Amino acid sequence: MSELSSNKIQKNPKYHQLIKERDALSWTLSALVLVIYFGFILLVAFAPGFLTQPISTTSVIPVGMLVGVGVILASVVLTGIYVYRANNTFDPLIKEIIQEAAK
Amino acid sequence: MRTIRTALDVLAASAALLVVQLAQAADPAAPTSAPAEVPVNWHAIAMFIIFVAITLGITYWAAKRTKTATDFYAAGRGITGLQNGMAIAGDYMSAASFLGIAALVYFNGFYGLIFSVGWLVGWPIILFLIAERLRNLGKFTYADVASFRLQQGPVRTMAAIGSLIVVIWYLIGQAVGAGQLLHTLVPQISYRVSIVIIGALIIIYVTFGGMKATTWVQIIKAALLLGGATLMALGVMAHEGWSFETLFSNAVKAHPKHMEIMQSVVPIGAKANPIESISLGLTLMFGTAGLPHILMRFFTVGDAKAARKSVLYGTCFIGYFYILTFIIGFGAIVLVAGNPEYVVDVTKNVLNLKGGSSMPAVYLSHSLGGDFFLGFIAAVAFATILAVVSGLTLAGASALSHDIYANVIMKGKSTEAQEVWVSKLCVIGLGILAVILGIAFEKQNVAYIVALTFSIAACANFPILVLAVFWRGLTTRGAVLGGYTGILGSIILLIIGPTVWTKVLEMGPPIFPYDFPTFAVLPAALIVAYVASVTDRSATADKERAAFGAQEVRSETGLGAEVATAH
Repeated sequence: MSELSSNKIQKNPKYHQLIKERDALSWTLSALVLVIYFGFILLVAFAPGFLTQPISTTSVIPVGMLVGVGVILASVVLTGIYVYRANNTFDPLIKEIIQEAAK
Repeated sequence: MRTIRTALDVLAASAALLVVQLAQAADPAAPTSAPAEVPVNWHAIAMFIIFVAITLGITYWAAKRTKTATDFYAAGRGITGLQNGMAIAGDYMSAASFLGIAALVYFNGFYGLIFSVGWLVGWPIILFLIAERLRNLGKFTYADVASFRLQQGPVRTMAAIGSLIVVIWYLIGQAVGAGQLLHTLVPQISYRVSIVIIGALIIIYVTFGGMKATTWVQIIKAALLLGGATLMALGVMAHEGWSFETLFSNAVKAHPKHMEIMQSVVPIGAKANPIESISLGLTLMFGTAGLPHILMRFFTVGDAKAARKSVLYGTCFIGYFYILTFIIGFGAIVLVAGNPEYVVDVTKNVLNLKGGSSMPAVYLSHSLGGDFFLGFIAAVAFATILAVVSGLTLAGASALSHDIYANVIMKGKSTEAQEVWVSKLCVIGLGILAVILGIAFEKQNVAYIVALTFSIAACANFPILVLAVFWRGLTTRGAVLGGYTGILGSIILLIIGPTVWTKVLEMGPPIFPYDFPTFAVLPAALIVAYVASVTDRSATADKERAAFGAQEVRSETGLGAEVATAH
C-alpha cells in the first residue's frame, strides 16, 4: 500500500460511488433504528398509557411488551439487511477498486 | 486433552440429568430443600471446578501460541466471524445483564424490557457506522482509530482515560456481583475470599493466554449461558403450561404490586420522568458503541467482512438472550417471590430475597431444577463474571500499555516485547484493583453500576470515535476538548446526581436531578468538539484535515489494514 495507490483510489469514480452508496445505506439504516427506538422511548416518556393498555380485554399482556419485542426483532432484521447488502454489493466493488489501483 | 474430554462427558451427563430434574420441577409437590440448609453446595463447586479446569487448559494451549503483540492483544487476528459473534455476545451478556435484568424484571416487571431493548439497539449502530471502519483503521485499541491522523500524545491520553474509567467502573459491577453470588451459594467461602479467587484466576488467564484465552473462555461461557438460560426459560414455560398469558397473569397475582408490573414504565415507586427515559435510551444505545472491551473484539478477526458478520451473529445471540431473561424474570415472580425458602421474611416483604437483590434468577433455577440446576446456573454465572472481567482487564491493560506506555511515553520507540511485558504488569495491577474495589463496593445493585459506565462510554468514547472516522474537519484540539467534556461532564453530573449525591454520599437532595446525564453531556461533547475544531487555524490542524482523504481510503476499502498473522 503506497501513497500512490491511495491517491489513485481517491480519483477513481467507483470509490466515490462506494462511499456514496455505503454512507447512504449506513446512515439510512442508523436513522431507521433511531426512529424505531426513540419512537418506543418517546411513547414510554409521553404516552405510557398506549403501551400499558392490555392487548385485549381478557389479557394482562400490555401492548408495550409486543412493541418491545418488535424493536428487538427489527434490530436483528436491519442488521441482516446491511450484512446482505455489504456482502453482495460493496465487497465486490471494493475488490474492483483495489485491483484497479494496483494496475 | 483427556481431561477436557472427561470434563465434556461430565457436562453431557449433567445436561441429561438436568432435563430429568426439570421435568420433576413441573410437579409443584416435588420436595426441594432451601439453599441455606445445604451445608456445602457440592454441585456448584464441582461444576465450577470443571469450568476452571477447562479454561486453565485453554489458557495453557493459548499461552503456547501467544508470541507476538498481535497474538497477545488480538489473538493473532485469527478469530472467525461466528466465534467473534459468540465472544461479543459473551462480553455483553455479563452477569450484570443476566442476574441484573432478571432482577429488574422481578422487581419492576415490564420496565425491565425497556432496559433490554435499549441494550440491544446499540448493535445495529455499531455495525452500520463503526465495526468495519474500526477493523480497517485500528491495530489493538479504539484509541488507534481516534488518533489515526491526529496528534498521538493528547488524543491517545484522552481516549485511554475514557477507556480506563469505563473499564474500572464496569469491573466494580462485575466483581461485586461475583462476590455476592459465590458467598450466597457457598456460605463457607466469604465475600472477600471469593473476590480474591476471581482476581487470581483472571490474572492467570490474561497474563498467560492473552486475547486468545480470553476469547475462548468467553465463547465457552457464552454457549453455557445461552444453554442454561434456554433451559430456565423452557422450565418456566413448562411450569406455566406453555402459555405467556398464564405466566403473566400468575406473575400479576404473585407480585405485591399486581397490575402495576404490567403498567409501570419506570421503576416501581419512581415518578415518571420523560427526560430521564430519553436520557436512559441515549445512554444504552450509544454507550454500547463506546465500550472499550467490546470495540477491542473487532481487532481479533481477519478482515472487515468478518467484523461485519460477527455483529450479525452477536446481535442474534444477544436479542435471543434478552427475550430469555425477560421470561426468567417473570418466572421468578411466579416461582420465587413469596416462597419462604428464598425470601427473608414473607410476612414483611415477599420480594426481599436472602443473599441480596441480584438473586432472583439463581433461586428460580433452584425452584425449577433443585440443587443440581442451581449449581449449574451458579457456576455459569460465575464463569460469566470470570470471562467478562478477563476481557475488561485486557482492554484496560491495552489502554495502559499500547496507548499510554508505547505511544505516549515511549512515542512508539518501545519494542513489542517491552509493550507486552508492560501490558502483563498492568493486567496484574488491574486484577488487584478489581479485588480491592469489589470489596469496597459490596452492597450495590450491579445493574445500576453498569448503566453508569455506559454514560461515560456514550458521552466520551462514542462521539469522538464517530467524528474521527466520518468528519474531515475534526482536529486534535476538537477531539481532546470534546472527549474531556464528555468524560468530566458525565463524572461531575453523576456525582451530583441522585444515585451518588443522595444515596451514596447522603448529601441531601441532588443538585442535578437525573440519573443519566447523557441527554446533556453527549450534545455538549459534540458541540465542543465541533467548535474547537472549526476555530482551529493552526498548521497542524490543516495537515490533520488534509490527512482525512488517505484515512478514508483505508477506512472504506481496508487497503493497508492490519492483516492476520499466519500460524
